[in-house]
Amino acid sequence: MSQWVINGIRAGIKTTAYPAKPEAAAGVSPGLPVGGDYPANQVASLIERCPTGVFSQANGKVRADIRRCIHCYRCVRGVEPPVNWEQTYEWGTVRDGRHEFGQPFERSIHICVVDAGDCGACLNEVKQLNNPYYNMHRLGFFITPSPRHADVLLVVGPVTDHMKFALKKVYDAMPTPKRVMAVGACAVSGGAFAESFVCAKGVADVLPVDVEVPGNPPPPLAILHGLLVAVGRKTPAALISPAPNFENEGLTKS
Amino acid sequence: MTAAELKQEIDQRWPGQVHCPDFGSRGSPCEVTCARTALPELCGRLFLEWSFSFTGLIVEEGASEWQLRYVFYGEGDAGWVHVLVTAPLAEKTFPSIVKFVHAADWHEREAEDLFGLIFEGHPRLGDFILHDDAWQEGVEPMRHHFDPQAAMRHRKPDEDWRPTRIVQEPGAFVMPVGPKYSGVTESVHFLLETVGEDVIRSTPRLFYKWRAIEKLAEGKTADEVLLLAERFAATTAFAHGLAFCQAVEQICGANIPARAKTLRVFLAELERLRQHAGAIREICESTALAVATAHAGILEEDLLRVSGELTGHRYLFGLLAPGGLLCDLPNDACRQALEKSQKVLSQLNALEQRLRVSSSFLDRLEEVGIVPPRTAMVYGLLGPIARASGIVRDLRRGQPYSGYEKFQFDVPCEQEGDGYARLRILFAETRQSVRIMEQAVAALRGGGASSPLSSATRASPLQFRAGAALGWVEAPRGGAFHWVRLNESGKIARYRIVPPSFANWHGFHLAVEKFAFQDFPIMLSTFDLSVAENDR
Repeated sequence: MSQWVINGIRAGIKTTAYPAKPEAAAGVSPGLPVGGDYPANQVASLIERCPTGVFSQANGKVRADIRRCIHCYRCVRGVEPPVNWEQTYEWGTVRDGRHEFGQPFERSIHICVVDAGDCGACLNEVKQLNNPYYNMHRLGFFITPSPRHADVLLVVGPVTDHMKFALKKVYDAMPTPKRVMAVGACAVSGGAFAESFVCAKGVADVLPVDVEVPGNPPPPLAILHGLLVAVGRKTPAALISPAPNFENEGLTKS
Repeated sequence: MTAAELKQEIDQRWPGQVHCPDFGSRGSPCEVTCARTALPELCGRLFLEWSFSFTGLIVEEGASEWQLRYVFYGEGDAGWVHVLVTAPLAEKTFPSIVKFVHAADWHEREAEDLFGLIFEGHPRLGDFILHDDAWQEGVEPMRHHFDPQAAMRHRKPDEDWRPTRIVQEPGAFVMPVGPKYSGVTESVHFLLETVGEDVIRSTPRLFYKWRAIEKLAEGKTADEVLLLAERFAATTAFAHGLAFCQAVEQICGANIPARAKTLRVFLAELERLRQHAGAIREICESTALAVATAHAGILEEDLLRVSGELTGHRYLFGLLAPGGLLCDLPNDACRQALEKSQKVLSQLNALEQRLRVSSSFLDRLEEVGIVPPRTAMVYGLLGPIARASGIVRDLRRGQPYSGYEKFQFDVPCEQEGDGYARLRILFAETRQSVRIMEQAVAALRGGGASSPLSSATRASPLQFRAGAALGWVEAPRGGAFHWVRLNESGKIARYRIVPPSFANWHGFHLAVEKFAFQDFPIMLSTFDLSVAENDR
């Protein structure tokens, strides 16, 4: 038995300094494309190449709605010149621009995770949050199997028809106040599976969503950021780049 | 059994009923056309007597007739055997082969649900992919006339639906588990029948996550469907993407550059290493061994970061393209990834040594969830689970693809078939994976590290043409088979995925029965099953 103790000490501290300091290790995030100014002759092919419609044209610039990105890299690989790509990971945001979650969510929260048609990757990244690298317990986040004890419902997957009923039951079983977090491109926007005869177009079709974390899958740090946004300890990210001027353009925020 | 012997046997046994052409070159299938009456016996002999593995049943709806394709493969030079049965579209009844080929059980249930075919003699049809409580009778979603865009969305689930109870002893009851049942788990429903301590019968109810990938693929281009092939079971994304690409490449007759093949092998083994590290973590977690879970978790995350640093994506998305790879990887980066993987491997070996002497851990794994070799064979189990039950089958060795025939590696095998044997197989396979990665890096020559459009890793644009082919890959969880048919315009006409978890879920109930409830999570983790992969 002593071997376990010795090896545990020998392994040292692996836990990331995030959120106190940014994480600099390589390979912690797949990154996301960014919008902005692109050569005029590139714009049309860029918009056409994206299978999920991340890019659109707005005011002479390319606008990237990264909630739709499924990391297919068709806009960077095998194409010249590649689109700009940022290795960020703070992707958690708030739907409808709601920033105030109120006091019940300021400290420790319990999270109930529901798989509503996930491919396994988002779920695996949620599992990584419990490993020593991310250790979300230190920040007061706990996973609970029971919806009765949960404050936040974390949903992964585009919500298949067969899971819709179970998902609603879990939501109804949670005590109020409660919040819903959609994690992954599928949960946020339908992703690669989009809307079909067996699948909804994300969690918002079924439940009121409060926090969104895009990415296919979002890396553990992005999910951590989403949780920190949910408890009001981090500011929500802008998921449309460059950020649109909502009032001037007559857009709604969700 | 050699190809010539097989042909002779078939010609003698079923003259006039079964037509067996001469076997072609290795890798190309021998298409045996068969009368419906001879089908069960022919399949039975292939499977039980001549030791062919059953891959799957592929149903195709032609313009005027059904074509049922039963795919088998052998270890000898007979290779792939496709047994074909045809019938006019109006005739929907076929003989069931389940009596002889139990591995075909779920394949026939799937075809019944999705195409409305009837398999005479099948003991249990209904409530499979389309849940009885949510779909009305008569919906056949994989038929051509079914419009996937049509409104089917407002079905009301029947809240009073109850499963059939099979155990009828006094005091027996059904313990329903799922679809939401524990911390971070995939959605699946288990009906555990019990009279107290032990699970007497277990019925997994799957397909809560059915996303109908095969229907969505129809009418799309190969490039678009590759996105689905990578994403339907993303923990083994590269293996499934590769199987799909290989099927398309075979139809198009593409010549894959050697460098792309070697890189594909390197990445496939990196994925296997990472997936096995994750499976080991799950096993440690299920036995509540917190320190070992943390150690294995560190190693899994290390490998995710290695993948992310090398390729940009932690789960190896966006690398494959029909014809090669979407981008080239620099040799130096591959070498660095190998060095880091070797470091992880030495820590995995150390972890195995510590686990081997932790009696509290071994007590929970040894002689738990036993699958005897005979049962593993009858159920057609695949991958590490089959190899833990004495079945030495590995597609990389038996039916090599992507240049695997050039690599030196062993196929580990254990006889006990219990949880501990499955864990040992996982550890042994991580060593073989790194061994293959070492050879792959040594074989990397030249390469266009500078140009993303390097011709070194991508064949000239593919000429899409009508045709069909099977692509196969030994995925981390076992053999993955992708059947692709392209139409004249190069779009997907039929796509059928036979993932390894589909076969292994079928056999899972065996491991659970006659064991106590508290062992259930351990058996589940040692099987390393993916619901997403099974549900498609």
